[in-house]
Amino acid sequence: MRGLGLVALLAATALPAAAEKVFVSNERGNTVTVLDASSWEVLEEFAAGNRPRGITMSPDGKLLYVCASDDDLVRVFDTETYEEVHTLPSGPDPELFVLHPSGNPLYIANEDDNLVTVVDTESHTVLAEVPVGVEPEGMGISADSKWVVNTSETTNMAHFIDTSDYTIKHNILVDQRPRYAEFTADGKWLFVTSEIGGTVSVIDMTGEAPNLTQKIGFEVSGVQPEWLQPVGAKATEDGNWLFVALGPANRVAVININTMEVEKYILVGQRVWQLAFTPDEKFLVTTNGNSNDVTIIDVEAQEAIRSVQVGQQPWGAVVTPE
Amino acid sequence: MRYFATMLAAGMCALGFAAPAGAVEMRSAVFRIDYPRLAPISRFDEVPEDLGFAGAVLATEDNMTTGAFLGHSYEIETVSVPPEGADVAFKALLEAGHETIVVLAENEDLLRLADMAGPDVLILNAASEGIALRDADCRANTLHIAPSDAMKADAVAQFAVWKKWPEWLLIHGSNPADIALAEAYRRSAAKFGAKIVEERVFEDTGGARRTDSGHVLVQRQVPIATQGAEDHDIVIAADASDYFAPYLPFHLWTPAPVMGSGGLRPVTFHGGQEAWGATQFQTRFDELAGRYVREEDYNTWLALRIIGEAVTRANTGEVAALRDYLLSEEFEVAAFKGVPVTFRSWNGQLRQPILLFDGRITASVSPQDGFLHQVSPLDTLGLDQPESACTAFGG
Repeated sequence: MRGLGLVALLAATALPAAAEKVFVSNERGNTVTVLDASSWEVLEEFAAGNRPRGITMSPDGKLLYVCASDDDLVRVFDTETYEEVHTLPSGPDPELFVLHPSGNPLYIANEDDNLVTVVDTESHTVLAEVPVGVEPEGMGISADSKWVVNTSETTNMAHFIDTSDYTIKHNILVDQRPRYAEFTADGKWLFVTSEIGGTVSVIDMTGEAPNLTQKIGFEVSGVQPEWLQPVGAKATEDGNWLFVALGPANRVAVININTMEVEKYILVGQRVWQLAFTPDEKFLVTTNGNSNDVTIIDVEAQEAIRSVQVGQQPWGAVVTPE
Repeated sequence: MRYFATMLAAGMCALGFAAPAGAVEMRSAVFRIDYPRLAPISRFDEVPEDLGFAGAVLATEDNMTTGAFLGHSYEIETVSVPPEGADVAFKALLEAGHETIVVLAENEDLLRLADMAGPDVLILNAASEGIALRDADCRANTLHIAPSDAMKADAVAQFAVWKKWPEWLLIHGSNPADIALAEAYRRSAAKFGAKIVEERVFEDTGGARRTDSGHVLVQRQVPIATQGAEDHDIVIAADASDYFAPYLPFHLWTPAPVMGSGGLRPVTFHGGQEAWGATQFQTRFDELAGRYVREEDYNTWLALRIIGEAVTRANTGEVAALRDYLLSEEFEVAAFKGVPVTFRSWNGQLRQPILLFDGRITASVSPQDGFLHQVSPLDTLGLDQPESACTAFGG
C-alpha cells in the first residue's frame, strides 16, 4: 500500500501543475458544481446531499467539506474523484463552519439548535457543543487560532469562543441579523456583517478584549437602502481590502481597510451571497443565488470579468489551495 | 372557562461564564379573548387552542437564549377568556403587576382594555386591524404589531396596480366588519389610482354547509351573484367575517383573479414562507407547536421579540424607557421579512412588509417596486402621518 502511494505521488508531481478548482454548493439543486479556476469552464456537477450550504476544504486541498443542512451532517468528498469519503456528525441543521488552519477540528454553526459543534475531523467525533445565541450562522477563526467567532442572527451577537476550553469569553452586540465573521490575517481586525442592519461592524482585536470601534454603512444611488444587505465577506491577505457581498443589491462592496471607507461597488449577479478568493488572490468568485451563476471578479482591477452558470441557488464557494 | 398558565423557558443555565451585572427580570402577559364563532369554511383554518400562545413561547425561548448572555430573564403568563370574562381577567393581570401585555382581541375590546390599563402599562396589539385604532382612537400606551386593514388593503392595491389591473369589482359582506373592510379597499383604490367599477353585497344569510354537498349550492349561487357586472380586471373580496370569499375563485360568472379575503390574501406571515431566513423560524415553530404558524402566532412572537430586543439594547426592564426606545430612531428589528421593521412614532404602528399569500406560497410581497415614500417605502402601506388624526403620540 505504502509503495503504491509513493508511486502515485511521484506520478502526480511529475505532471504539470493542475489548475485550481472552484467548488460551489448549490442550496436548492442539492449539488456541488466544480469549475476550472483558469478557464472557468464547468468540469462537473455532483450530488452533495440535501441543502448544501457551507463549503470548505482541508489545508492540503484533498478533502471537501459540505454542510448538508437538511441531512443534519457534514459530507466529506474527495476533491479529485468527487466521491463521498465519509460524513461527520454536525448536530442539527449545519449552515456554516470554519476549519482550524491545521485541518482539525471543524467548528460548525447549528442554526436550529443554538449550538456551535466542534468536530474532530480525524476521529469523526464531537469534541464539544457550545451554547450560543439564537440562529447561529457566521463562523470565523483568528489567524492565531485562539478565537472562533460565531454570529447569532436573532440574538444579534458576535460570540467569542476560546478554542482552548470551548467557552465563550466575550459577547458583542452588533446590528440586526449578523451573517458572517471575517478576521484579517494580521489578527488586527474582525469584521461582522449584519444583513438586516445593513452594516459591517469593525472590531479591534489588538486590545485585551475585542472592541467594537465603528460600523460601516453602504449607499448606492438608485438602490433602496433596505436592499443593501451585507452577507459574505473576504479580506485580502495583505489586510488592505475587504470585499463584502450585498445580497439583493446585486453588488460587492470594496472597503479600504486602512481608511474603513467603501471605495467601490462592483455589479455582480442576483442575490450575491458568499465569496471565495483564488489562492493567488487574483480572482474573487461570488455566488449569486437568484441568477444561478457565479461572477468572477478581477481583484486588482476591482472589476467583474465574467459570469458562469452553475447549479440551482448557489450558496457558498471554495477554491483548492496552490 | 378561564385558565391561567405560566410558562418559564428553562434550561438556559451553565453557559460557562458569569452573567454581567444589571440583571433584568422581564415579565410579560399574553391576553386572548376567545369569541364564539362558527366553524371556518375550510378545515385547514380551524383555530388551534394555543393560537398566539405558541408564538409567545417561541419568543420567550428566543429572548431567554439572548438574555442568558446579558443576565436578563423572561417570563410570560398566558390568559384566554370568553368575552364576558375579559374585563375581570384583565384587571387581575393588572393587579398582578403586569406592565407589558400582548392583547389578541377585537377592535372595541382592545380599546377598552387599553383604557383600563392606563398610561403606565404597554399594550401590544397582535390582532386588531381596525383603522380607527391607528387614527382618532389611537392610545399612547398601545403599539400595534398587527397591520391595519388599510395596510393590508394597500398591499393588495399596490400589487393589482403593479400588475396593471386597475378595474375592480368589489364584493363585500353584509356584516359591520365586512363593510369597514370594503371601505378600506375604496380608500386604497383611490390612493393608488385603481377604479372600483361596481360594488356588490354578498348577503350573510347563514351560508352553505361545508359538509354534505355545500359545494353544489355554491357552484350555482356564486355565478348568479356575480353575473352581469361591469367589465373588470379583478374581484376584490371584503369578507372579514369569513363566510363567502373563499368560494369566489373558480365560481365567478366572468373569470378573473380574486384578491382580498379570498384568492390572494394579504397576511403578516404564513407557514409556507421561507425567504429571508424564515425557514429557521418555521422549523423552530413547527417543532414547538406541532402545527404551522398562523398570523396571530407570528404577531405575538414579534411583539415579544420586540420587547426582548428593547430590553437587550436599552438594558432596562422599565416600561417607559422601553416604549421610548421602541419609538426612537435607534430601534429596528429583523422579522424574517427582508427589511428591518420599525415603529411609526406618530401612531405606534409597526411598519412592515405584507405578504400576498395564495394559500400555498407567497405570490408577492408589498410594498411593490416603484411605490416610493420620503420616509420609507413601508410607509406607502396604511395611514400616513398627514392623514392620521392620532394625537396621543404628541403628533
